Amino acid sequence: MPNIYLAIALSPLVGAIVAGLFGKSIGRTGAHWVTTVSVAISFVLSVVVFKHVFADGGYYNASVYTWLVSDGIKFEIGFLIDQLTATMMIVVTFVSLMVHIYTIGYMHDDSGYQRFFSYISLFTFSMLMLVMSNNFMQLFFGWEAVGLVSYLLIGFWFKKETAIYANMKAFLVNRVGDFGFLLGIAAVLMYFGSLDYVTVFAAAPDMVGKTMQIIPGSDWSIMTVMCILLFIGAMGKSAQVPLHVWLPDSMEGPTPISALIHAATMVTAGIFMVARMSPLFEFSETALSFVLVIGAITAFFMGLLGLVQNDIKRVVAYSTLSQLGYMTVALGASAYAAGIFHLGTHAFFKALLFLGAGSVIIAMHHDQDIRNMGGLRKYMPITWITFLIGSLALIGAPGFSGFFSKDSIIEAVHASNLPGSDFAYLCVLGGVFITALYSFRMYFLVFHGKERMDEHTRAHLHESPAVVTVPLIMLAIPSVIIGYILVDDMAFGSYFGKSIFVLPQHDVLGQLSKDFHGPMGMITHALTQAPLWLAFGGVATAWFLYMKRPDIPEKIKNSATMGYKVLTEHYYFDKAYSYVFAGGSLGIGRFFWTVGDEKLIDGLMVNGTAKSIGWFSSIIRNFQTGYLYHYAFVMIIGLSVMLGWIVFN
Amino acid sequence: MVPLSNYLVLGGILFCLSMAGIFLNRKNIIIILMSIELMLLAVNMNFIAFSHYHGDTAGQIFVFFILTVAAAEAAIGLAILVVLFRNRNTINVEDIDTLKG
Repeated sequence: MPNIYLAIALSPLVGAIVAGLFGKSIGRTGAHWVTTVSVAISFVLSVVVFKHVFADGGYYNASVYTWLVSDGIKFEIGFLIDQLTATMMIVVTFVSLMVHIYTIGYMHDDSGYQRFFSYISLFTFSMLMLVMSNNFMQLFFGWEAVGLVSYLLIGFWFKKETAIYANMKAFLVNRVGDFGFLLGIAAVLMYFGSLDYVTVFAAAPDMVGKTMQIIPGSDWSIMTVMCILLFIGAMGKSAQVPLHVWLPDSMEGPTPISALIHAATMVTAGIFMVARMSPLFEFSETALSFVLVIGAITAFFMGLLGLVQNDIKRVVAYSTLSQLGYMTVALGASAYAAGIFHLGTHAFFKALLFLGAGSVIIAMHHDQDIRNMGGLRKYMPITWITFLIGSLALIGAPGFSGFFSKDSIIEAVHASNLPGSDFAYLCVLGGVFITALYSFRMYFLVFHGKERMDEHTRAHLHESPAVVTVPLIMLAIPSVIIGYILVDDMAFGSYFGKSIFVLPQHDVLGQLSKDFHGPMGMITHALTQAPLWLAFGGVATAWFLYMKRPDIPEKIKNSATMGYKVLTEHYYFDKAYSYVFAGGSLGIGRFFWTVGDEKLIDGLMVNGTAKSIGWFSSIIRNFQTGYLYHYAFVMIIGLSVMLGWIVFN
Repeated sequence: MVPLSNYLVLGGILFCLSMAGIFLNRKNIIIILMSIELMLLAVNMNFIAFSHYHGDTAGQIFVFFILTVAAAEAAIGLAILVVLFRNRNTINVEDIDTLKG
């Protein structure tokens, strides 16, 4: 098996290197074949591993390579293959494969074709290294590598000013999160003396109740500090408030990577990481509560922003933020399984929505404004159907995958007793309505109603080619069925086995599983519950507002200018950050430049040395009269002084 | 018998005279050369006085050396002086200050 694991991780790397370094010689066709095949190999082998883990009870935890040993601490490359990892590997490689195929159509005319394939393969490699890791070092490597590829891909069109701004922003905001993450790993290393997952998790219960002093005089629980620091890393990568600002801007990148990196896989790395660290987080209620509240805020308030966006990709981006909030809420409520379940279903339907949006964008000649669309249903039937499926899955319509995962989360939060769970429950309930409202606002505006595009665009409207629609269909299938198949095992059963650890007093999913009677039972039960009716209410409201009476949203916009302004300005996060942090950095930079560099170094050190020597010599110069007798006189004086010193000493 | 101290005082006086000659003279470089010769003579006086006092002729042999060197030095010094005069048309000490910073 270790060879298979290595092959899974390394095959996309080989593809990336070949397409990246020899892209010119193998040509465009060669580049997409080598990378797609390499990812396909990963996917097939992941299926083999998946079967090995679930059917044959396979488990693997060992290092394959020791990078270095320093003071007894080993830095290794190793694999931990259990139920959680196998699930993530399937999700990552499947979505990645679909995106590779889709890209062949989407990037068809782009001059950076080979580069793009090289990057997305490199991303697949990094993400696999992240999820398959068995130690914190490799986790961090994968973490940074996906961040780097994300940076490269957001700025893929590097001549576009906004893209460069967005990728710099994504990189900087992620640095903030990664700083916390690195501190968290350092804390793990300091208190556990090891970077290996299993060793650390085994030692975690002994660490409960121990304290550390960061500010002298106040004792902080080590577990809480460690977990919150690790979670700050997850907040950066998984775009939780207040480090979410980079994700909407990342939509400047090409649509395939919005689907792969900024919706389906990379942004869920934080969720995966917290689930993987469940044996640590379980021992700190404070950290769990923190996670819960942050997730709830993200889920509700980022959803609200989706309502006022007009760029089709940005609407989907804000829905991603909101869904990531849901996953985080699940983690906070100790329903890790439900969080990972939602991660999986979300990966399929959100990749589907993004790729569907991309298909619409191709048809619209790269116009992304939904106000210019409408009535596309007639022209692109496959995109329409798959997009509808994606939207239904997103809002949690009964039977679709999103329904099972999201309902599990809502129920889990309801059952949770942690501080802040009441607030979180309200947020996720409100989020359901909002999700339905913005999703179907977009759906109706794009596919139904009046055709608002110009004549030229309308004349050229047609369905996208097969390389685009096939991935849509392939993603639509799991978006519909995967929830129904997996809900029993994954959310309420023993699907994850020992890979996720929950303390008995936090085990909300365990309590819920007592009342769980199969997926059909869950659907019938939901009919009497609030979330479903909230979702339907959202759809109905969207239909009424944007199909029946399009004048009402205008009126609301005009009467509630204050609230509308807050939403279109994204709660002023961007403004505040660019004023406080960017402006502050500029100010500090300017201070160091004028005072430190110009005054201290240039003025005092460099020119100051020259000046003081000049001043000194201008005095000394007076001794150099040029007259022989003066020199002789000085010699005599010196001689007398020396003699006197010798004689009298 | 003239005591040793008298010879030494004479030497000292001669030395001080020549030193004053170097410093106080502002006009003529030849005077500086002469003052230097006088300094050497003052030293010679000391040598001879100590030689006689100790009954050792080594000091008087040194005087011969010094006189020889002083003669050679005077010849070179005057030759330099001639070249200097050719170049600068002056042997005025006040005018020779190219070393001034």
